[in-house]
Amino acid sequence: MSKKTAVEATINGEPVEFLCEPRQSLLETLRDVLELTGSKEGCLTGDCGACTVLVDGRAVCSCLMLGVEAQGKNITTVEGLATKGVLSVLQNKFLEDAALQCGICTPGFLVSAKALLDRNPNPTEHEVRYALAGNLCRCTGYDKIVRAVLDAARDIRSPGEAKAAAR
Amino acid sequence: MAASTTTGNFKVIGTRPIRHDGVDKVTGRAKFGADYAFPGMLHGKVLRSPHAHAIIKSINVDKALKLPGVQAIVTSKDLPPAENKLEQAGEMTINPMYLSMNILARDKVLYDGHAIAAVAATSPHIAEEALRLSEVEYEVLPPVMAVDAATRPGAPILLNDLRNPEEGDKPTNVAQHYQFKRGDVAAGFKAADYVIEREFNTAMVHQGYIEPHNAVGIYNPDGQATIYCSTQGPVIVRSLSAQVLGMPVGKIKVVPAEIGGGFGGKTTIYLEPLSLLLSKKTGAPVKLTMSRAEVLRASGPTPGAKIKVKMGATRDGKLVAAEIWMAYQAGAFPGSPVGAGAMCIIAPYTVENFVIDAYDVVVNRPKTASYRAPGATQAAFASETVIDELAEKCGIDPIDFRIKNGVKEGSPQVVGPPFKRIGFIQTCEAIKNSDHYKSKLTGKFRGRGVASGFWFNAGMQSSAIVNIHADGTASVVTGSPDIGGTRASMAMITAEVLGLPVTDVRPIVTDTDSIGHTDVTGGSRVTFATGMAVYEAAKDAERQLIERAAKVWEKKPDEVEFRAGMLHAKGGGVPPLSIKQLAPRFARTGGPITGRASVSARGVGPGFATSVVDVEVDPDTGKVQVLRCTVAQDAGKAIHPSYVEGQMQGGTAQGIGWALNEEYFYDDKGTLRNSGFLDYRIPTCLDLPMIETIVVEEPNPGHPLGVRGVGEVSIVPPVAAVANAIYRAVGVRMTQTPMSPPKLLKAMLKHRSATQHSAAAD
Amino acid sequence: MPTVVIPALMRKFTGGVERVEVPGKTIRELVNRLGERFPGIDQQLLEDGDIRSSIAVSIDGEIATGGVLDAVGENSEVHFIPAIGGGQL
Repeated sequence: MSKKTAVEATINGEPVEFLCEPRQSLLETLRDVLELTGSKEGCLTGDCGACTVLVDGRAVCSCLMLGVEAQGKNITTVEGLATKGVLSVLQNKFLEDAALQCGICTPGFLVSAKALLDRNPNPTEHEVRYALAGNLCRCTGYDKIVRAVLDAARDIRSPGEAKAAAR
Repeated sequence: MAASTTTGNFKVIGTRPIRHDGVDKVTGRAKFGADYAFPGMLHGKVLRSPHAHAIIKSINVDKALKLPGVQAIVTSKDLPPAENKLEQAGEMTINPMYLSMNILARDKVLYDGHAIAAVAATSPHIAEEALRLSEVEYEVLPPVMAVDAATRPGAPILLNDLRNPEEGDKPTNVAQHYQFKRGDVAAGFKAADYVIEREFNTAMVHQGYIEPHNAVGIYNPDGQATIYCSTQGPVIVRSLSAQVLGMPVGKIKVVPAEIGGGFGGKTTIYLEPLSLLLSKKTGAPVKLTMSRAEVLRASGPTPGAKIKVKMGATRDGKLVAAEIWMAYQAGAFPGSPVGAGAMCIIAPYTVENFVIDAYDVVVNRPKTASYRAPGATQAAFASETVIDELAEKCGIDPIDFRIKNGVKEGSPQVVGPPFKRIGFIQTCEAIKNSDHYKSKLTGKFRGRGVASGFWFNAGMQSSAIVNIHADGTASVVTGSPDIGGTRASMAMITAEVLGLPVTDVRPIVTDTDSIGHTDVTGGSRVTFATGMAVYEAAKDAERQLIERAAKVWEKKPDEVEFRAGMLHAKGGGVPPLSIKQLAPRFARTGGPITGRASVSARGVGPGFATSVVDVEVDPDTGKVQVLRCTVAQDAGKAIHPSYVEGQMQGGTAQGIGWALNEEYFYDDKGTLRNSGFLDYRIPTCLDLPMIETIVVEEPNPGHPLGVRGVGEVSIVPPVAAVANAIYRAVGVRMTQTPMSPPKLLKAMLKHRSATQHSAAAD
Repeated sequence: MPTVVIPALMRKFTGGVERVEVPGKTIRELVNRLGERFPGIDQQLLEDGDIRSSIAVSIDGEIATGGVLDAVGENSEVHFIPAIGGGQL
């Protein structure tokens, strides 16, 4: 029986204390211990990005990190993107631009896209594709996802103007 | 994206509302199969064969059972015996014995990853530890990995009782032979001015859904069981699990979770019966999930194929003969889609003389499963490449060649009656007139390729219920899991019929007890067939609304009509009523209003797509970059254009991955060496450009709204389109997939030295 | 009289003939009459008294869903096609 370790971290802005086994990944900890099932398991080898979370602002595959390594860290998951029930611009754009079909990759894309726009508010299409290349989608062919991120970037930079911008 | 959708007289259909389940999906609230948890739930893992072909001599789980935390272990001994015969199950024909053997191997294992036993424990880690403590003794047999090896005289036989009618009682690896024939092929080739004959080999590829398979089984002490799983077909899960477990169908309820991609691969069962077996033995809910490696090793990919195509045309560009031989890898058990592939391979064209022989061959690979227009993409890679060559020989533009020979209403099909109204030629013309095709492609090592494709689309059975609520809003209930946005379409159809805003209609996808029989979400059938049931159910609700208004106004129903969401007395005299205004009167006029319909949908409209792709080839590495890509597809009527475009883009992306990188890589022992997303390389967003879509609307006369299925056919043309583009870029005709850098480089070097050689010889 | 189009691999029963006129008002009657004229062909089409599950029936251009029970008209054209989809399981 693996002995559990006590961990303190900030998750989606709230201080959290939890117990996890050393062998549990951060992904497993989020999903099975903290019941935050928004981050998804797609491959467990860091190749698909469905488990992407922000750790101290940086996009990370939570399947490649251990739960105990969250000690003292600031973690954002998809559940933390909306603010008090109000969807973020990115989330709204994904809905308006139909940037999801089955939706399993969507949490990972939203978190990766947030990391991109937080550091680069005016990305080119190529920069968007490069930043999101670690997130796999099998349903959409990425077209509408990339458009949604570019639309969100425009809307965040100058709210209202994005609506007028031609697609 | 250039969508040519017209809204016509529709208010809701043809618009792009936000999907009703969208908020749950962008907030992580939507529950996919692996997200379910229940009190006391155990975790299951599957013990899998490391050998491609072996006899199981013994299984010893004593040590595993003793590990603290392990609650139960099951093997094929826990399954009832199953019959070796063919039975209908929804869209599929199944052999119960082979189905059961794939769930848990009996005396033989037939592929690397074949399930042998399943363990339930208090944590997934303990379950994995238990697998390591399980001891299995094998007698390893030589593996058979390709159709040539499987059909060689003296080849190891996979299934001792497999027979086909042409080989009598001789054990064989050839499960089935299909043949389609018309006219006189010899005479046809005699009349041809140009004949092209080529042999193609395509690699086995996987559907590649990002969500691995999952199931949570709960077996109650009263014998009533529930399965929560991500599936394209809850009804199929119910009937196949009942079959394997020897349970009555009525004792199993299947609750479809949200599904993270399927593309046909989740229209069958793997973990579901295991979850119930383990739950029965432990008395607890049991959750099983596959790892990515398990998905690739042990869930159905689509066959690799060997296809020989010989086609002839007269110099004016008319196809006159086709002779085709094709063999698909069925995997460990019979049932590749080679018959479908044979019916698709020349389907877009009128060819008067043809013979097509198609063979289903078992090999030591996982049992294949449906993958988006199953069987058609392999076939089109072969035929559309040969057609490109013939067009070139005739000196005719490849699109004009296709238009010249293209099927239209009244044209014969390969098998079956003539086509009704279809849109193939329109997809060709759409591409021909597209900005993409009209633009010039300049630069070295760049080329443009065109290809077309066909898929039948399916009808089958669906049920729907429309409830009108106390506030005049509605809910529409179906049993079709939503993998691409169909919930929105169902709500839109209901809203259109009832004249409601689409936000006033809530679409629900429900379990097998709560809605009548509904066949799989697959075969491009949900908007078509379930949409038809929804339409009829909404019309049924409309009829009831008319009756109630008539009661209220003390008129006869034929004196009342429903127009634009309002009830009117014909000839006036009373102010019209909205549904909202009528709703409070339901109780006194007969009770709640429930519209219902079940259909066995007829009037299916087949789907055609034509794609054009521009590529640039790196002459030193053989890497292909897709520069630009446009696909035109006949959708009949696009209910929600964004999701129709999404299907076209998704299918195209999968086709490009199939063309350029994806393949199953087995070593000489039959072990899969690339069972992860690093080396099983699907396209990332850096690999693709924007995918332009042209939605052609040639309404399907068989559907009340003109709908044609759209989910599948877009995957059929891209592989050939890429091959044709590569030819124009570097002068090499690729006859195998994937056209990955090592393979393309080798072909380019060979081509270069051959052309240099012949130049030097001049 | 209805016309039945014979699948390629069953034409060995009909001596190579592709299109056969057969009297009958239902699929069952057509199949029985075919079997009388070309012994053995009905066994290819039937199992347990109904159309084999691996075969789809098309009547006048539409996939018919009633098996042997489906009615056929005086000028109907009937095709027997492999039931497509994911193939067998």
